[in-house]
Amino acid sequence: MKQRPNYAAGVAAVTWLLIIGVPLYALINTSLHGESVYADGGPLSAPTHLTTVNFGTVVSSGFLRDIGNTVVVAAMTVVIVLLFGVPISYAVVRGRGWTSSAVFRVFLLGLAIPAQAVIIPLFLIINHLGLYDTLWAIILPTAAFALPVSVLVLSGGMRDISGSLYEAMALDGASPARVLIQLVIPLSRGAIATTAVFAALQAWNGFLFPLIMTQSGSDKVVTLGLYNFVSEYGANVPALLAAVLLSAVPILIVYLFARRYLVMGLMGAGGK
Amino acid sequence: MERPGAAWAAPGLAFFFVFALLPMAGVVYLSFTSWDGLTSPKFTGLSNWNQFLSDGAVWQSTLLTGILLVGNMLVQAPLSILLGVWSAGYQRNRAVLSAVFFLPLLFSTAATSIMWRQLLDPNFGVPSKLGWLLGGNANLFGSQWGAITSLVLVTSWQYIPFHTLIYQGAARSIPETLYQAAAIDGAGRVRQFIHITLPQLRNAIITSSTFMVVGGLTAFDIVLLLTDGGPGTDTAILPFKMYQTAFQTYDFGYGSAIASFLLLVATGISLLLVKASGYDKMTSTMEGL
Repeated sequence: MKQRPNYAAGVAAVTWLLIIGVPLYALINTSLHGESVYADGGPLSAPTHLTTVNFGTVVSSGFLRDIGNTVVVAAMTVVIVLLFGVPISYAVVRGRGWTSSAVFRVFLLGLAIPAQAVIIPLFLIINHLGLYDTLWAIILPTAAFALPVSVLVLSGGMRDISGSLYEAMALDGASPARVLIQLVIPLSRGAIATTAVFAALQAWNGFLFPLIMTQSGSDKVVTLGLYNFVSEYGANVPALLAAVLLSAVPILIVYLFARRYLVMGLMGAGGK
Repeated sequence: MERPGAAWAAPGLAFFFVFALLPMAGVVYLSFTSWDGLTSPKFTGLSNWNQFLSDGAVWQSTLLTGILLVGNMLVQAPLSILLGVWSAGYQRNRAVLSAVFFLPLLFSTAATSIMWRQLLDPNFGVPSKLGWLLGGNANLFGSQWGAITSLVLVTSWQYIPFHTLIYQGAARSIPETLYQAAAIDGAGRVRQFIHITLPQLRNAIITSSTFMVVGGLTAFDIVLLLTDGGPGTDTAILPFKMYQTAFQTYDFGYGSAIASFLLLVATGISLLLVKASGYDKMTSTMEGL
């Protein structure tokens, strides 16, 4: 059915484009200006007198090391979440009796726990384990708090595997471990990819755990690095905004090459 | 057929217990203690809770948390429903614009907050050059309502794209035949939206609201980085108040009382929403996740 064009929606969409676009223009424009040009013209000045000196400032202050730390944190978080999340979901979906549904309910309850509310005892536990001011102090809590959504996504994916496939493998006398490796994991690749991206994004965006659990420069992650720049750079706004821009580049790369999984990972439990 | 037993879930459960469930019990226990973060916590009975009940600042924080939550939902929900339904259309221009609308999601909350703090800075940012835009009041962060408004606007800027994605997915799964039937009956665009689209988006609205409520109750980084709880304590919402009490004045016992309250409110609300969404029924609604 051919519809007439929706002009009201078109106007609204262009308005929204400005709301999204103008701040991004200001961000990029400022990060490419020297301090004095910025002081005269402000964030929305014309894109002239461009310079890349701010990115040099940011890089030489160790921001790349911060990005490296975040990459390590994100990668380890993904590994731990999948290492625990896949067997849990397998047991939830294929297990029998009250235990499997009880396990699922534990993680549903976990969905509701805000990290902010339990940060004080977590701080105590991390201290007791001797992990304070290490990357593990960020990785372990981040992974634990990404687990509920991951179990939800993974068990959803595994539930879609047809029962006849399980029966076929059972006829071959396959053990649960073999079924997991040869059937469940290959057929829930989509859910696994979604979970991996979701966990990585949680680690990438994480601010509270790094703020509380680490203090030295050697294990500083990107979000905390940005926070420190605010006081370090003071009035050097162009350098600060160059750091903000730089911090988004890794996710931009994921967006360009794996848009579908990035979107699904963002949605996490909302992706149904 | 041999089934995987509960042992498969045990390592993950143990891990989750140590880093999520145990702290949940721990925060309630610590709320009955006095602890400076260095020595061992000392049991002090109800003293933190007595202080909590008579602490006007905590009630101000609770009220602020509520105001911010409602403000965020009032701005974000209608805009993201409209944008989501709009971007669900398969027209080429909509696809291109949707890709641009997604961009704020590439930034972490910390990055977004820092960017906006600078862009809205009264001395160097946009207000210093284009003050007339804000009616002459260049310092948004100087008044309570200005600061609350800036928090709502920045939160919306970053998270509307996320909620839009939820609605886009949901709107695309509405059967086209419903609209065709309505069009034959002579229903216009607005009536189709009200009588078909909105009711069909029910589950998406619940999902999106869950994220907004939980996110709103726990918004911490954006407050710290955008307003630092100020001016004064005018935007010190509960998580921020908890952070200050525990990690800046080292009163971990009282901080735990505030955190327990936050835990109670957040868990209560999200369990209600989970019930409403049917997430707790393991079958049917979970299928196709």
